[in-house]
Amino acid sequence: MGEMKAGGPSTRVVEGSEHGFATTRVDALLNWAKKYSLFQYPFVTACCGMEYMAMASPRFDMARFGAEVPRFSPRQADLLWVVGTISQRQAPALRRIYEQMADPKWVLAFGTCASCGGFYDNYTTVAGIDKVIPCDVYVPGCPPRPEAVLDGLMLLQDKIARGDRTPAIVKPREDPAQTTEQLIALQRKERSLP
Amino acid sequence: MSKKVLELLTAQFPGAVLETHSQFGDDTAVLDPAVWRDAALFLRNDPRTLMNMFVDLTAVDYLWRGDVPRFEVVCHLRSLERNHRVRIKARVGDEEGNGAEIDSIVPVWKGANWFERECYDLLGIVFKGHPDLRRILMYPEFEGHPLRKDYPANRIQPLIPFRDVPNTGKLPPFGPDEGMSFGRQSHDFARSGPGASIDGDEAVSNGKRAGALEERS
Repeated sequence: MGEMKAGGPSTRVVEGSEHGFATTRVDALLNWAKKYSLFQYPFVTACCGMEYMAMASPRFDMARFGAEVPRFSPRQADLLWVVGTISQRQAPALRRIYEQMADPKWVLAFGTCASCGGFYDNYTTVAGIDKVIPCDVYVPGCPPRPEAVLDGLMLLQDKIARGDRTPAIVKPREDPAQTTEQLIALQRKERSLP
Repeated sequence: MSKKVLELLTAQFPGAVLETHSQFGDDTAVLDPAVWRDAALFLRNDPRTLMNMFVDLTAVDYLWRGDVPRFEVVCHLRSLERNHRVRIKARVGDEEGNGAEIDSIVPVWKGANWFERECYDLLGIVFKGHPDLRRILMYPEFEGHPLRKDYPANRIQPLIPFRDVPNTGKLPPFGPDEGMSFGRQSHDFARSGPGASIDGDEAVSNGKRAGALEERS
């Protein structure tokens, strides 16, 4: 039991041994439940698959975010990860997979090929999966850092909690060091220059 | 060194070996397409050459050179016993790319099957006598042959109609202060007044991180 002061009204935290109740809105509760129970369908087509495996493996551990269970059937999944290049030949299959998923469903474009075609400006590649299916989160990068993908996942969970379906992009984080002096300062574990 | 193979070929098919060269140790014979399969059989069966390993088959489009036999079918062969290799070529096709036909060498080396299918798929060279000549990389609905130099490289032929919604050609903005914020924020409903954000840091709860972003934008 403790008091949390946040400059506003105090909030009393109920310990597990105490009784209590909370009020919320049904849609908020449902969104909260959806957000932490994402079943993924990995549609892995190319080199980004290795990055996806790295993200699911212990170092980056996607399982921390309530989005662990991979389901290899679209009927049981609600988050479609499009991981890798989608060729024109695969586009019908991708759309069929998407259409077979039950609502509510979300799509995350993993890597720059899935987001916009990447450097493939040619007759083979679909220039972004949003040409074929609606997409919720774009994670650019070739390959995207696992941190960026986790950002994308959290961004998607955020959108689910808000009930927002506009497309979103994982933006690059700012470089902590803009100048050589700052880099040296960082290396010396000092505070970066103002 | 397999210049001897070239000499044997020239002796076996007089007049059908158009030119030979041995640049960079790659012994090459340019053959008349009429003797293509016979030459392949000879190279495989003759005890002096014994080309028992089919390495590669492809074609080159010499559109930019303006040659009248526009394509050059290239085949690499190797002998595992004699330890030598040779490259044979044949020139086919007119300026429009029509009439690019050559005998298939699948009866000689079974492994040539998919190579010839790929060559037909991407360059449109018809291999006469091929057991199963259909596209191998592109889909059957694809029109044209994409590796020909007169095919525009970015001309797509979608199998399914694209979605008819605005802005599929454009992604949301990438600016540091545009687009949606990151998910690292408190999921409070928007309130006003004091204590609007739980962690008390407006910049963080908006998904923006204080500091360099605002300075740069």
